[in-house]
Amino acid sequence: MEAKPKRSLRLFIRDNGVPIMFLALCGLGVVASGKPLGFLLQETIGRMARNSFIVLSLVVPIVAGLGLNFAIVLGAMAGQAGLIAVAEAKVTGLAGIFTAIAVSFPLALLLGWGAGSIMNKAKGREMIAGMILGFFMNGVYMLVFLFGAGTILPIKDPKMILPQGYGLRNTVDLQVIKWALDNLLKVRLGPVSLPLATFAATALLTWGISKLFSTKLGQDMRAAGQDMRIAEVAGIQVDRTRMVAMLISTVLAAIGQILFLQNIGTLNVYDSHGQTGTFAIAALLVGGATVTKATVGQALLGTFMFHLLFIVSPYAGQNLLGSAMVGEYFRAFVAYAVIAFSLALHSLQRGKMAIRR
Amino acid sequence: MSLRERVSKSVSDLGLPRLTVILFLVSLFIVGGIQGVPLGDLVNSSIGRFSMNALLTISMVPAIQCGIGPNFGLPVGIIAGLIGLVLSMEMGFTGFPGFMVASALGLSLGAVFGVLYGHLVNRVKGQEMMVGTYVGFAVVSGMCMFWLLMPFRHPRLIWTLGGEGLRVTISLSDFFSNVLDNLLAIKIGAIKFPTGLVLCVGLIAALYRLFEYTRAGIAMDLAGQNEQFARAAGINVERMRVTGTAMSTAMGALGIIFYAQSYGFVQLYTAPLMMAFPAVAAVLIGGASPKTASISNALVGTLLFQTLLAITVPVSQSVISGDISEIIRLIVSNGMVLYALTRGPGGGNNGS
Repeated sequence: MEAKPKRSLRLFIRDNGVPIMFLALCGLGVVASGKPLGFLLQETIGRMARNSFIVLSLVVPIVAGLGLNFAIVLGAMAGQAGLIAVAEAKVTGLAGIFTAIAVSFPLALLLGWGAGSIMNKAKGREMIAGMILGFFMNGVYMLVFLFGAGTILPIKDPKMILPQGYGLRNTVDLQVIKWALDNLLKVRLGPVSLPLATFAATALLTWGISKLFSTKLGQDMRAAGQDMRIAEVAGIQVDRTRMVAMLISTVLAAIGQILFLQNIGTLNVYDSHGQTGTFAIAALLVGGATVTKATVGQALLGTFMFHLLFIVSPYAGQNLLGSAMVGEYFRAFVAYAVIAFSLALHSLQRGKMAIRR
Repeated sequence: MSLRERVSKSVSDLGLPRLTVILFLVSLFIVGGIQGVPLGDLVNSSIGRFSMNALLTISMVPAIQCGIGPNFGLPVGIIAGLIGLVLSMEMGFTGFPGFMVASALGLSLGAVFGVLYGHLVNRVKGQEMMVGTYVGFAVVSGMCMFWLLMPFRHPRLIWTLGGEGLRVTISLSDFFSNVLDNLLAIKIGAIKFPTGLVLCVGLIAALYRLFEYTRAGIAMDLAGQNEQFARAAGINVERMRVTGTAMSTAMGALGIIFYAQSYGFVQLYTAPLMMAFPAVAAVLIGGASPKTASISNALVGTLLFQTLLAITVPVSQSVISGDISEIIRLIVSNGMVLYALTRGPGGGNNGS
C-alpha cells in the first residue's frame, strides 16, 4: 500500500515537470523581490484579467492537432484594426468595445481563413508556417496603416495621423474605451480589486470551449488532432475541421486583444501585437500544456504563474544582482526557453512513440 | 524548343515568387533610373550588402544538405562569433591581428556550439526549424544577461557611466573595422570594391565546393536527401547531421565577424534575435528548397535579396518620400519562406 502513493507522486512530478519547476521559480522570485504579497497579487490579477482571453484562444487549435498557434498574431491585428476604427469614430464605453469586436470579426475570419489554408498546405510544420505568416502579415499590416491610413482608409483625426497627412502615428489613445469592461463591475477584496466583468467574459469563454468539445465538431477536432489519417477514414472532413479551429482561434484572439488593450488604454499601432503570440504561448506552456494537449485550466494556471514571474523578475534582479535589466532579460529568456523546451520535449516524445510503433 | 516553351519552362524552374522578386527588382531599377537615383551609389551599397551577408547565407547550405533544413538556429553561431569579437577586443588586439584572433576564437567556439546544437537537433527530427528558432531566441536572450554581467574591463567596450556591462553597440573604428574590406580594395569612380572580403567569402565558398566532392561531403548530402538509403549504404546519418550543423554554425560565427568588420559595429544584446530569417530567405530566393541547396543558390539569393533591399531605400524615398524598405524586407523574405514551407511533401513525422 505504501508504494502506490509514492509512485503516483513520481508520476505526478514527471507529468507536471514544467508547472512545478515554474512554481518553484515564482516562489524564489517572490521572496527575492521583497515586495508585499498584496501588491503582487493585485498586479498579477490585473494582468491575468486582461491576458487570459488571448491565452485561451490557443486551446482549440492544439486540440485540433495544429500545435501552438503562432498565427494568433493575425487575430490580434484584426482586433487592433477594430480598435483603430473605434478610436476614429469616437464610440465610447461598452458600445465602443462591441463596435470594435464587430469591425474586427470579419477581418479575423478572413485572416483566419488565410492562416487555415496555409496550415492545411503545410501539415506537419504548421507552427513554423504560422510564425512566419505572423511576420509576413506584420509587413502587410504596416503597409496598410503606414501608407493606407488617410489615403485609402478614411481616418481623419489629426491626433492619429502623422504630420505628413497619411499613415498612423505609433500611439493611438484609446481613452474612449479605456477600462469600459474592467470598470463595469469592480469589487474590492481587501487590498485587491477584481474586474469581475472581464473575468465573467473569460469565464464565459471557458464554458464555451468546454461545451464545444462535447459537440460533434469538438469531437471531430479531437479525432483530427489525434490522427489525421484515422479521422479521414472515419469520415471526418479533416481539412474543414482544422479550418474551423483556426477561424475560432483567430476570432477569439481578436476579441482577446481588444479586451487586453481596453485595460492598457493606449494602442501602439506597430508593436502592441509584436509579442502577443510568444507571450501567450509561453504562458500556456507554463501551465503544463504541450504541443498536443491543452486544457482551459492549464491556460489559466499558466497565465497566472507567467505574469507573476514577469512582475517579480525585475525587482528580483534589482535585489539580487543590482540591476533591473537582468530581470527583464531573464523573463524574456524564460519565455523563449519554455517554448524551446516544450517543443523539444514534444518531438522527443513523438520520436520515442514512432520507434515503439 | 520553341521560344514559348523555353519561357514557360524557365518560369516554372524559377518559381512564381522568385520571378516576382526579379521582376520587382527590374522595375525598381527602371523607376530609379527615371527618378534619377545615382546608379553608382546603388551598385556600391548592393556590393557592400552582398559581401557583408554572403557568408551568413552560405551557412544555410551545409545545414540544408545534411538534412536539418534551413538553420533557424543560426543565432547560436552568431553568438559564438560575437564572443570571439568581444574577447579579442577585450584582450587588446587591434587591426588585422585582432580580426584574426576574433575569427579563430569565433570559429572554434562556433564549432563547439555547433556540435552541441547538432546533438540537440538530432533528437528533435521533424521539428528542427521550430526548435532551432526558439533555441536561438533563448540563447540570444540568455546571452543578454551574460553581456551585462561578465566582468569586461576595456573602456571602449563597457558603458562610460556606471562602468558595468558591455555596450549595446560597440564601434570597431579603434579596432579592426573594414580590415578585410580595405584589403586590396579597388576604387572605380564612386564604386569601391571590397576585394579582400569578397576573396575571403569566395575562398570559403570554393573550399565548401571542394568538400562537396569529398567522401564526407557526398555522404552528408546523401544523409540529407534520403535517410533510409544513406543508412543502408552504411552512412552514420546522425554523425553527418552533426557535422553539417557544426559547419553551418561555425560559418555563422565567422559570418557575423565578416559582417561586423564591414559594418563597423558589433551589435550585442537583442540584435542577433532575428538574424537567421534574412539568411534563410536569401538562400530560398536563390533557388534552394528546405531539402536541397547549393553554394550558387546562396550567392545568387544574397545578391538578389540584398540588391532589392539596397535599391528600395533610395527609390521609395524618391517616389513616396518614405522608407518602405523595412516593409518590403518583411513581406519578401517571409513570403519566400512561407512559399517554400507550403510546397513539397506535407504531413508525417519527418516532414521537414
